[in-house]
Amino acid sequence: MPLRLLKYGLSRDYPVTGDIPATPELKPSYDVVIVGGGGHGLACAHYLSKYHGIASIAVLEKGYLAGGNTARNTTTIRSNYITQEGVAFYKEGVSLFETLSQELDFNVMFSQRGQLTLAHTEATLRAFHLRAEMGKHMGTRTEVIDAKEVEKLVPELNMDRGGALEILGGLWHADGGTARHDAVAWGFAAQASRRGAEIHQRTEVQGFEVGNGQVRAVVTNRGRVACGSVLIAAGGMNYDVAMMAGVELPIRCYPLQAMVTQPLKPWLHTLVSSVSLHTYLVQSSRGEIVIGGGSDPYQLYSTRSTLDMKEHLAEGAVHLFPFLQGVRLLRQWAGITDMTPDYSPIMGASPLANLWLDCGWGTWGFKATAVAGKRLAETIAKGRVPDLLKPFALERFEKFRLLNEMGATAASH
Amino acid sequence: MKLLDCPMNGPRNIDEFQSFGPLRQAPDADAAADAEWARHLFRADNRKGVVVEWWRHVPSNFFFLAQRDVVTNEIIRTYAPGSRP
Repeated sequence: MPLRLLKYGLSRDYPVTGDIPATPELKPSYDVVIVGGGGHGLACAHYLSKYHGIASIAVLEKGYLAGGNTARNTTTIRSNYITQEGVAFYKEGVSLFETLSQELDFNVMFSQRGQLTLAHTEATLRAFHLRAEMGKHMGTRTEVIDAKEVEKLVPELNMDRGGALEILGGLWHADGGTARHDAVAWGFAAQASRRGAEIHQRTEVQGFEVGNGQVRAVVTNRGRVACGSVLIAAGGMNYDVAMMAGVELPIRCYPLQAMVTQPLKPWLHTLVSSVSLHTYLVQSSRGEIVIGGGSDPYQLYSTRSTLDMKEHLAEGAVHLFPFLQGVRLLRQWAGITDMTPDYSPIMGASPLANLWLDCGWGTWGFKATAVAGKRLAETIAKGRVPDLLKPFALERFEKFRLLNEMGATAASH
Repeated sequence: MKLLDCPMNGPRNIDEFQSFGPLRQAPDADAAADAEWARHLFRADNRKGVVVEWWRHVPSNFFFLAQRDVVTNEIIRTYAPGSRP
């Protein structure tokens, strides 16, 4: 890397190379068709092409590259979940982020600054103890800390002593961090396309040709493509896309809203979230305070923002850090989250033999970008679901073997 | 502020209401197989378009039905259970 940089600096013409090629013509068939050009789909294309020798890949994206929930999430990376299966999976997810910049030769700006979740009630503290013990058992850095240690970690916090929202302690997750969401998607896309995977933007899936318990072809607005295997990784549109193949997923869509403030000097050095206030904050590398945590209270397929939810987020943020009250908001947005009944994703097999699922990512998908891509690439290449993914199978619902993930959202529980 | 027209209390801020999801037929408790129960419990209707769903006005604990477009968020009609829409 340093030599290449030096050579580039000394060259006369500063050659520009595009990381991601323009959308090519659709071929009549591909070994693997991935529906959804977000982080997850692109990661799968990368791992398939790099580790499994599969280069005949088409990533179909209705809009532009990584413009859905990859662009809209609040970039939290952590593994402090509560189920053993969940912690094992997300732990691998965090460890992949630790070396992702090297893996992709692309700076994803991973910053492992730790995540602090605040408890304002004894009940929350009890749940934190459960999560901490599971985290330690699984070999992650997760511990319960008291109010004094919370104050030492984030001295700017309003401890609200004697108040209704007094901070009693926190769940400190030293493995937690954040990364640049666009860079993650671009890095995967650049690597995959360098190995021959094709990224087709503005290519909308309109249906599937299904026969004999298999998907034979994918029908798009740019023509029909025959396929060896298909992966559905379409974020908020997973339910719709799966329905086109006749697969009914246990998903309900809710908008999730977030916003950022104007840039400030660096002062917030950890990720902070509050269970009772349904608010979490992180300072981006540009200095903006990213504020999230507002799931709309009823089903909706719209990415509109509401003043009510922004007010609620602002109220939570100002309660935790009163000096934020004069700070202006720069942007606000919403994404459509595909929520499952047990707050765990759906990965692996579908009722159709060659249709694979990477769905149900709700509000917790970004941190799993690398690990879901890697493990689903393995699944598709070998035609077999690895042990790590087995608990997340679609059939868990028919078998009443739900994976109740109380640590899924920083906001609830 | 979005308004929801409660059949008992009139138009109120939607914050006062709780959504209980789409209306669906409960399976026959004696005859239904496990798969049918699983479907009933977990696979709620999530199609784009107009849905009929249960809502509750929280302060008065009044349950009623609303027809709502889940893409535009337009509330088309609300009515008390038992009354014909």
